[in-house]
Amino acid sequence: MASPFLANLLLFGRTLRRAGFPVSHSQTLDLARALELVDIGDREQVFHAARGFLVSRREELALFALLFDRFWRKHSIGDSAPGRKAPPAPRHDPEAIQRFRDVSYLSARAGAGDTEIELRDRSQTYSDDEVFQHKDFSRMSAEELAELRRLILEMRWRASLRRTRRWSEDRGGSRVYLRRMLRDAAKHGGAPLHLARRSPKTKRRPVVLLADVSGSMEKYARIILQFFYGALHGLGAGDVECFVFGTRLTRITSSLRIRNVDRALEDAAGEILDWSGGTRIGESLGIFNRHWARRVLRRGAVVVIVSDGWERGDVADLGREIRHLHHRCHRLIWLNPHVGRPGYEPLVEGMVAALPYIDDFLPIHNLQSLRALADALASLPSRKSIRRLPAAR
Amino acid sequence: MPRPEARFESVEAAGEKLASLDYIADDGLATGLFLAVEMGKPLFLEGEPGVGKTEVAKVLARAFDTPLIRLQCYEGLDINHAVYEWNYPRQLLAIQARSTGSQGGSRTGSDNPTQDIFTEEFLLKRPLLQAIDRSHDSAPILLIDELDRADEEFESFLLELLSDFQVTIPEIGTLQAEHRPIIIITSNRTREIHDALKRRCVYHWIDYPSIEKELEIVRRKVPGLEDELSREIVAFVQRLRDQDLYKLPGVAETLDWAAALGHLDAVRLDPEVVVSTLGLLLKYQDDVDKLKVEAPSILKEAIG
Repeated sequence: MASPFLANLLLFGRTLRRAGFPVSHSQTLDLARALELVDIGDREQVFHAARGFLVSRREELALFALLFDRFWRKHSIGDSAPGRKAPPAPRHDPEAIQRFRDVSYLSARAGAGDTEIELRDRSQTYSDDEVFQHKDFSRMSAEELAELRRLILEMRWRASLRRTRRWSEDRGGSRVYLRRMLRDAAKHGGAPLHLARRSPKTKRRPVVLLADVSGSMEKYARIILQFFYGALHGLGAGDVECFVFGTRLTRITSSLRIRNVDRALEDAAGEILDWSGGTRIGESLGIFNRHWARRVLRRGAVVVIVSDGWERGDVADLGREIRHLHHRCHRLIWLNPHVGRPGYEPLVEGMVAALPYIDDFLPIHNLQSLRALADALASLPSRKSIRRLPAAR
Repeated sequence: MPRPEARFESVEAAGEKLASLDYIADDGLATGLFLAVEMGKPLFLEGEPGVGKTEVAKVLARAFDTPLIRLQCYEGLDINHAVYEWNYPRQLLAIQARSTGSQGGSRTGSDNPTQDIFTEEFLLKRPLLQAIDRSHDSAPILLIDELDRADEEFESFLLELLSDFQVTIPEIGTLQAEHRPIIIITSNRTREIHDALKRRCVYHWIDYPSIEKELEIVRRKVPGLEDELSREIVAFVQRLRDQDLYKLPGVAETLDWAAALGHLDAVRLDPEVVVSTLGLLLKYQDDVDKLKVEAPSILKEAIG
């Protein structure tokens, strides 16, 4: 093959890497081999071959097509076109920058009043303090919030177990483990001296967290994200997915994975356009049901929704989507900050529509309620509930 | 020449061969398939359910007149179900037969009744072992279907197998493929497959077909349908894919529906027949309920 062509190919690989494609050299070399096999004069064939070797996700297809087009327009017919050095990566998209500005403002606003004070020495007094345990998040001072944050990070999160379809040896198991027995028997001249047993392996259930961060929930939003962050790291990052919604749904799992709380919160705020917008719970759950449910509601997942149920969209939509969701997860937990208040009754239209499909309706307004949630998550019944539990006070 | 007959002459030849077996592939798929076969790499197919991923492997087996070995993935799939397992009941019986035989006095051969129970005679060959078995006289097609359903642990095992096409069984030794199987892996993307695995493959996303391609597919797969009806069916389904549904109908659903309408002796689509057969196109009751209301207007838009 002509060497300028190979040089171009390597350059193209580099261009892709700059745009965020995880292209390895071995992939590029595979492609070089492949291009000897196809009709190199046929642009379509070259394109499809390149795509087959350099792309491995559906999300990358469109961007790849764009980059391919620009690159080969510039590099194939001489170098006459005075193109830019590299096609702009998606992060240079002006719309994204605007979005970033919007949210940095909003996140700064949401974070206002949060002075970073470490209160390690006073922690004992706080964590034991009954008043602090039961104090509503929305009434906490900046100092108390900082302490709360630390306590949330210290909480232990465990999702309840489910049986998998794999087996492992277990002395107390209910079934005979023939594979092991025969191996053993072979050592003793064929006599099965030891009766090996097996039982199903267990695994933690995946957890999907969805939080409403719209206007009426704004004062709880930061604490909820804090709770998400704690849960994400406590539960083991592979099995937790986090989403927030207001007028639309945003997946924030990846930004919350970053190890530092503040960075994660900043980044998460960066992805959320909706701090204090209106709430469209039904529509947001609809997007979740259509685009995410099949991917994240696997293997007996537990879904936790945090919202006060103030729906600005169509309440009928909310009812339909929550029913759909209810049928596709192991357990649906709804956390509402108002539930814990004396005299609260779920009369908001959205809440009324959702209640029949909720397994557990629990408060989330103080530290104690958060601890109760952690306990509930760790001890869910292994059977899917048919009937919903009575609403918590 | 490792595989004298199991290859395509060119990208175009691949597309034509598939078409001759009634599989209408787009150019991207034909290119991917040609390169995967030619370079001995697995073809990794992703796409929504019902777009014909599994069908590719079946058609390929027919094109090359070679056996198709299918490994259907599921949660909990492990090496004992994917590669090999010892036939324990037979082993136990063999041991018993030998020991009772020796009590009877006629001692033939060894005193050890467990001798030779770990031999190929007692080996249950599961799909992956079948695929590298030496008994094939040409490369078989190995279909690893719905890999996203298997656990992550299984992927790393697969990665190993794909790199050297050999399996080691402690009691027997290492078995190596004489004819490397042609591998097709499919995924419905209920979870992301690890990049390390994908990078070893030729990747292709199978999209819903264009209106022309889908019409061609219907004509070939459901022969005997009125041409006008086929057109309307495809136009309606294509419209449906723009709707806000929990699950969009795939090509498989189009074909089921077309076949059903054929059995019903329908000549044209009308709202009544569409509504009464929606269950064949849509897999969720919520979608069916929604469409019962909206189908007539969608139909009107689709066929004018």
